[in-house]
Amino acid sequence: MGETLATSGGSQVQTWLAAVGFVLFSMVIAATMLGAAKLFAVKSKKPGALRDRPYECGEEPVGETRIQFHPRYYVVALFFVLFDVEAAFLFPWALVLSKLGVAALVLMGIFMAVLMLGWLYALKKEALRWQ
Amino acid sequence: MQGLLRGLVYGGLIITVLMTATAWGMWLERKLAARMQSRIGPNVVGKFGLLQPVADLMKLLQKEEIYPIGADRLLFDLAPFLVTTFAIATAAVVPFSAEAVGADLDVGLLWVLALGGLMVIPVWMAGWASNNKFALIGGMRAVAQSISYGVPLVLTSLVAVVFTGTMSLSGIVKFQIEHGWLALWPPGPGVVAFVLFYMALLAESNRIPFDIPEAESELVAGITTEYTGMKFGLLYVGEYVHTMVGSAIAAVIFLGGWDGPFHIASGLHWMVIKTVALFASVYWVRWSLLRFRSDQLMRLCWLYLVPVSLGLVVFAALWRHFVLR
Repeated sequence: MGETLATSGGSQVQTWLAAVGFVLFSMVIAATMLGAAKLFAVKSKKPGALRDRPYECGEEPVGETRIQFHPRYYVVALFFVLFDVEAAFLFPWALVLSKLGVAALVLMGIFMAVLMLGWLYALKKEALRWQ
Repeated sequence: MQGLLRGLVYGGLIITVLMTATAWGMWLERKLAARMQSRIGPNVVGKFGLLQPVADLMKLLQKEEIYPIGADRLLFDLAPFLVTTFAIATAAVVPFSAEAVGADLDVGLLWVLALGGLMVIPVWMAGWASNNKFALIGGMRAVAQSISYGVPLVLTSLVAVVFTGTMSLSGIVKFQIEHGWLALWPPGPGVVAFVLFYMALLAESNRIPFDIPEAESELVAGITTEYTGMKFGLLYVGEYVHTMVGSAIAAVIFLGGWDGPFHIASGLHWMVIKTVALFASVYWVRWSLLRFRSDQLMRLCWLYLVPVSLGLVVFAALWRHFVLR
């Protein structure tokens, strides 16, 4: 087990470098397209204030744009963190599941059950209901 | 160093093909949509309008760049750049065939999910930087939707990890070549996981019936309202690339990747067929269905998709433990 990890670790460095190269290339593509637009885009000779005004269906914008939001978005974010952290625990568990015994199965079952209790509580409190 | 070079070369090849495929994917969508609505669709530029994507690119390049009053210029420029970068970079780990893969990471699935999750940030950036109320609301809705549907997306991919015991995308395909495609085997749960993954994919790429973030009739164009020229183009292309790569990943995880049905003539072409079929089906759905309301969208996700996908994970673990060993 340790041996295979070590050997795969060696080749994985190169693979990660390849992934970095891939990301670099995609950045180059995006930057080229933006740069080309800077070169070819026309510029109006008489820019007016009307042109630069935020488009709100032709009406003059009223008040601040960056307003406060309904707290339900905050609840969604909280829920997301909850379930995503759970997923972060589940992935390593899933990888070694076949090597672990029934105990791993039971323990993770308890973990999920606790989580679903929280979900049921939120359901009862109608935290997931948007109206 | 050798790895970096490989990444650049393979990246160059795969990205070029991917971008070209996406450009003609847009043409395909417009043709399909036109067919479904008894229209003709693009037919002027080139034969069957096949050169339409080129014409669109030329037009977008020439459009004036406008910064709305009060916009955050840095974030306004950064958002389209990041959307496109993240969308393309996701393709790095997708095995189009046994050889044609940019970087066959042993945590490939994590790479996909991480970059998909990161897409939220530039989308919100665009909404915030525009100084436009429609853009801001669109951005907020997009974030709420993406992170909500991110949960079933992650959990259904987890089903595949539990079954196969690996997070490498090519490893998942190899398992399926040996045991059968996950969408078909084991019968039942695999299909459900695939359908849930597909729905989450629709939501992640903001497609009808999950296109609340850019509901034209309510929000003008959502986060893209204030964008002009190539910056709008990049946001738009980023979305299509996201859908294309997402279709490829769905094909890899659930439809056996480059494996042909009954192992007949396995190879790159099967991956292409599956990806294009899924991509086209996304647009088929788009032009057939209506839009959900915001609260229905959230209810569907948290009340049904999340518990069902968790149940699937449990089932997969039991199956893995008692049947597969």
